[in-house]
Amino acid sequence: MGLVVFYIFGAITLVAALGVVTTRNVVYAALFLLVSLAGVAGLFVVLFAEFLALVQLLIYGGAIIIVILFALMLTRSTEFSTTAAEHSRWPVAAVVSIGLFALLSAAAVGDSQTYNGTRRVGIDIKELGVGLFENWAVPFEVASVLLLVALIGAIVIGRTEPGQDGEGRAE
Amino acid sequence: MTLELVDVQILAAALFCLGLYGVLARRSAVMILMSVELMLNAVNVNLVAFSAFRDISAVTGQVIVIFVITVAAAEVGLALAVIMRLFRARGSVNVDELDLMKG
Repeated sequence: MGLVVFYIFGAITLVAALGVVTTRNVVYAALFLLVSLAGVAGLFVVLFAEFLALVQLLIYGGAIIIVILFALMLTRSTEFSTTAAEHSRWPVAAVVSIGLFALLSAAAVGDSQTYNGTRRVGIDIKELGVGLFENWAVPFEVASVLLLVALIGAIVIGRTEPGQDGEGRAE
Repeated sequence: MTLELVDVQILAAALFCLGLYGVLARRSAVMILMSVELMLNAVNVNLVAFSAFRDISAVTGQVIVIFVITVAAAEVGLALAVIMRLFRARGSVNVDELDLMKG
């Protein structure tokens, strides 16, 4: 049962990810990315990480995709549809990716004997909270500072300075 | 037949390599950013799989995933601010046209 659900969500994730990296339409690519991230949330459920599945849907599906879609709409120029979406040397990228995949799968398959006899364990959400706020309390605080820095940085970088409007080709 | 760790590892490797292909082959900076998100998700799948299959300190993997998601959110916000700035300055977000610092 778990295996079937895993294969279904895995296939959804991989097919949508292939769509992200191959489609020419950038808005379709963002929507494919949403499907792929939802598939990853499904994989989290299969792997007993229900809380992370919810976090994945809320943060990736709810926030990051919306922000990326806004950026796509705001930076859309006429060039997008006429020129190629890939570099001229994309076969090199394909060879590198396939080679890395072969290497990683060979390593995983070769190492799987070492991990034989493991069992799947579910994690209580209470256990996760205790772990996060006891052992990982300092990194948690640092993460909040990081988010604040990113927020201020994005505002400073993204704002339009007076007199700078006419420079770009954007309407 | 049950779900093995190696199945999840191969799936995560495939997802990572699709993201790597996107980063290397795409021209638009926004598409590169989306491919980076795919690679981060592949890493997250691996971390969750290890935390589910290994019963020693099983919480650690999931806690690290929370931090990865936090950093990814910060990264997307900053990167999109830079891309907006770039678009206003150059009128394009294709990375192969950005040769301003070429010697």
